[in-house]
Amino acid sequence: MSTAAEIVFDRVTKRYAGRDGAALHELSLTIPAGTFCVLVGPSGGGKTTALKLVNRLISLDEGDIRIDGRSIRELEPVELRRGIGYVIQNVGLFPHMTVGDNIATVPRLLGWSKTRIQERTAELLDLVGLEQGDAKRYPSQLSGGQRQRVGLARALAVDPPLLLMDEPFGALDPITRARLQDELRRLHHTVAKTVIFVTHDIDEAITMGDRIAILREGGLLAQYDTPDAILAHPADEFVTEFIGEDRALRRLALRRLSELELDPVPNPDRPRVEASGASTVRNAVSLMVESGESRLLVLGDDGTPIGVLSLAHAAELLR
Amino acid sequence: MTAAGGPVIPNFGSGSSCVTGDHLFCWDWVKQHWGDTLGPALAQHVELTAIAVSVGFVLAFSLALLAHRRRRAEQPISIVAALVYTFPSIALFQLLVPFTGLTYTTVEIALVSYTLVILFPNIVAGLEAAPPEVIEAARGMGLTPRQTLFRVEVPLALPAIVGGLRIAVVSTIAIATIAATILPKGLGFPIFYAIALPTPFKTEIYSAGILAIALALVCDRALVLLGRAVTPWTRVGG
Repeated sequence: MSTAAEIVFDRVTKRYAGRDGAALHELSLTIPAGTFCVLVGPSGGGKTTALKLVNRLISLDEGDIRIDGRSIRELEPVELRRGIGYVIQNVGLFPHMTVGDNIATVPRLLGWSKTRIQERTAELLDLVGLEQGDAKRYPSQLSGGQRQRVGLARALAVDPPLLLMDEPFGALDPITRARLQDELRRLHHTVAKTVIFVTHDIDEAITMGDRIAILREGGLLAQYDTPDAILAHPADEFVTEFIGEDRALRRLALRRLSELELDPVPNPDRPRVEASGASTVRNAVSLMVESGESRLLVLGDDGTPIGVLSLAHAAELLR
Repeated sequence: MTAAGGPVIPNFGSGSSCVTGDHLFCWDWVKQHWGDTLGPALAQHVELTAIAVSVGFVLAFSLALLAHRRRRAEQPISIVAALVYTFPSIALFQLLVPFTGLTYTTVEIALVSYTLVILFPNIVAGLEAAPPEVIEAARGMGLTPRQTLFRVEVPLALPAIVGGLRIAVVSTIAIATIAATILPKGLGFPIFYAIALPTPFKTEIYSAGILAIALALVCDRALVLLGRAVTPWTRVGG
């Protein structure tokens, strides 16, 4: 697997001709290699602008963007883009090409051999959860979710160290969306790449991001931190409002029961509600509140009790 | 045309009773004059059409690429094209005679103009039909503008291009019959010839006319099949 790249935004400002104010104002951001970074914010926050500046679909006027220390200005745009995976909301698969040909687009531009392209295509179909037979199908024969899987495979084709994703799941139904989010997270663990992911949905940002950059109107960076830190210590009123009043519960949703140091299981007096170790603290709290209990029994993968979580302990996690 | 036959109506040939009686349609005349009249006229008609459509296509495609790249060029070209199209074909042929004479060139200039005005807007529309997200994805993946054009926009324009070719071919086959007012060539010639006879000879008019229609139908069908062959993605189920 290829290495991931560190991305640095260095005082990047972007103004569009004929529009008042900046789309992006002195954005400075360091995204460590291998980080899943989500750019989130209301429309007009400049998040898509920030994303498209990286592969020079939008020209950079002020400031600099560096990929592994190298300014994006040093490369021809075409050359730069071939080394960066790019996934967009409406996928933009080539309708006149089969899935296989779509995935092979950049490898062909880079002059890969036929056998190498075939092997890579087969590998990618597996990776994104498609059938080998799908290579021969046309995009119009696929569902929305399958199309976005192809879009992802196409973006990963030459194993780029950086993946740019512009609201990739925005057009999908909630179930498909949740499944793809889940799979993308898992994929990110296996192919450790730097990902810059744009969304306007704070829930998606919290679920997906290792780090979240919240941008506000006028292209100002409101806060850049881990989801937990943002939920625990919102930087200002704008962030507080943006993440919502249930931020305590959202924080608890980030923790799984199996990750906690649980109380020992008492012998005679076991809690009456139980949950699996894979579920979140938020779900556990919800179960306790619902049943009027203050303690919950946590079960391991094999169904045996592994510990007890109390409401007080859950509250402690928020300190 | 044949010189055989009586002095009054030469083209009637040696003449069966059907021919001398000028019945509605005489098969024997068609068989007898296929080799010296209808066959050559059909071949000339195909040639007139083929040259007009090929030259017109090359010109229209080049102009469409230009208009596609420089959006500002599109409108002037379209306006000129629309003007040409409003000319009645018979007038356009005559209008050119003072400049290029009663020549093949005159005929082809007129025919090419018509194919051009039909094909140009179709090809431009086809090139612009590529969905914006497809173009954005192409750019984002690092295709050059040229690669985007020839690997994405032109293939996606094929259905519109083939559609334009069908109209261009069928109308050129029709308009090319009028070329006989300038030049003794094509299926129009036997028609005009037979009409000009003291007693218009129905069989010759009908047989040449039917051949023109048949030629148009066959070419149209061939283009439909060609279109399907080059756009396999349009035939898969959704």
